[in-house]
Amino acid sequence: MAELKSTSSVASQHEPRTIRSARHAIVSGETSAVALADSYYDTIAAEDPKIHAWLSLSRERATAQAYRIDELAQSGDLANEEALPLAGVPIGIKDVLVMQGAPATAGSKILENYRPPYDATAVAKLAAAGAVLLGKLNCDEFAMGSSNENSAYGPVHNPRSLDRVPGGSSGGSAAAVAANMAVATLGTDTGGSIRQPASFCGVVGLLPTYGRVSRYGLIAFASSLDRVGPFTHTVEDAAILLRVLAGPDPMDATSAHQPVPNYSAAFNTPVKGLRIGIPDEYFAEGLDEEVRAAVEKTADALRAAGCTLHKVSLPHTRYAVATYYVLATAEASSNLARFDGVRYGLRAEDASTLSIMYRRTRDQGFGKEVKRRILLGTYVLSAGYYDAYYRKAQQVRTLLTRDFLEAFTHVDAILTPTAPTPAFRLGEKTDNPLEMYLADIYTVTANLAGICGISVPCGNSSAGLPIGAQILGKHFDEATVLRVAHAVEQVQ
Amino acid sequence: MPSTPQTPEQVHRVAEPVPLEQVLRVAELAQLELREDEQQEMLRDLNAILGHVAQLNELDTRDVPPMTQVNAVMHGDAEASDGAVDAGNVLRDDSVRPSLDRAKVMAMAPETDGTYFKVPKVIER
Repeated sequence: MAELKSTSSVASQHEPRTIRSARHAIVSGETSAVALADSYYDTIAAEDPKIHAWLSLSRERATAQAYRIDELAQSGDLANEEALPLAGVPIGIKDVLVMQGAPATAGSKILENYRPPYDATAVAKLAAAGAVLLGKLNCDEFAMGSSNENSAYGPVHNPRSLDRVPGGSSGGSAAAVAANMAVATLGTDTGGSIRQPASFCGVVGLLPTYGRVSRYGLIAFASSLDRVGPFTHTVEDAAILLRVLAGPDPMDATSAHQPVPNYSAAFNTPVKGLRIGIPDEYFAEGLDEEVRAAVEKTADALRAAGCTLHKVSLPHTRYAVATYYVLATAEASSNLARFDGVRYGLRAEDASTLSIMYRRTRDQGFGKEVKRRILLGTYVLSAGYYDAYYRKAQQVRTLLTRDFLEAFTHVDAILTPTAPTPAFRLGEKTDNPLEMYLADIYTVTANLAGICGISVPCGNSSAGLPIGAQILGKHFDEATVLRVAHAVEQVQ
Repeated sequence: MPSTPQTPEQVHRVAEPVPLEQVLRVAELAQLELREDEQQEMLRDLNAILGHVAQLNELDTRDVPPMTQVNAVMHGDAEASDGAVDAGNVLRDDSVRPSLDRAKVMAMAPETDGTYFKVPKVIER
């Protein structure tokens, strides 16, 4: 089994585990699923007060599942690795995905006491594969943010350096894996919210192609951009999870009917002969020198492994952040209209009319960043401005997508930094929303184009902070992305 | 379908800062209350972001279709993203199926009689 180095600056109650090593430990009798889950809950109790990755723990559901797994282990039903590939594996779920037996707050006060009556498809698939779901993870409110400082329940601290942000919006999901509080977690990515926290926390974060994983049960932020994906210690684990999560869903009309390849069998295929594109636009001003050096070293390693490197151009890159913040906020303004105090969630008290109830509920329930984005989104959709902003952004989105389609006729994958810098300090960017948005430059493009990608650790800064390399791939070509990421992982 | 070319007036309008009354009107549309202490900061932030967004006008998009259906684009044809493309439309049979359990759903309602969601009265202005 792959041996993992423990890199967290917090002490854990046990060594980091991969999916296969955790499952194997249960099947071989080395430990039980119940004991394994307990050891992760112990780590959470010891370390999470410093990190604040978890919003709620679903101990009852987790224990019931763990008992079921232990019974199956006893009766020999887990002998075949293909049966319940996640048997007994402790996993955490970002709080924008609904899960029975736990609240779903989306990091917001407006859903503080909301208990969903169903499981998201992604959650149900993990459970059906045997996963032990430990609880719900902290995130930026409604997945809007790049630092996990927008959570109504307090920020998450980066386990690699507690005075720094873990990234966002899936900060809790990334931190939980980095601090060994779960073997893997689910996050979501609308403009970089899996990849950037993975980069900041030194773990693997996978962005599946749009439609690859069902969005049913994901509290929607921007419906044409949202993706569900895993955080893991290793690329192999990301491949195993993708295989469990991927596939069509009758409950999500945008989910794809593309066949699901055996990602976990193919991820370690040698990369010799693959053509890797390096886009100038992602290595220009604003990029931290140590990040540049780490990614250039990664390119050299891929060349040494037999890849050829090619310059590619993605000429519309500089318009990506503007495009994203028009489209994502427009879609968000529509998706968040449902939070009005009528059917679920917070309802403002003593409102004498319906209109007052709507406004007071939303004023009390939404944080500043959410309000900002709803306002911006409403504005760009309003009469007189729709063509100039929203339609224009939709057209630029086509141009950005064409950039990638063209590049992928010459190369098999594209290598870039995941973020312009390593993790910044808590409070460092909270006064300037535009500055925070501009830091998303390398990640929003993949969401706009619908393509897949991954962030994989590729080194540390001189201050010991993790640096992530991003690998982008064609629509539905996660197999190639995983292969390249594995090659990068092997030289660390 | 090509978009109508932007007139110099339209481009200029996009580049002007948005005044406070307009932000307050937008807030009304979005059913958001902006308290006085929030108003100036929100105005400043919105205008900073819109200032950045204005650079989209540098691009000539007259013959570029808007990307309205991501799925259609992924079926291999970037030009097909506007208009009637079946690749993006997935329909199921029009048949009745069980939905969520009503009692479970109504358990989350702030106020209910078991069947309906109860809300304060609507007053016509």
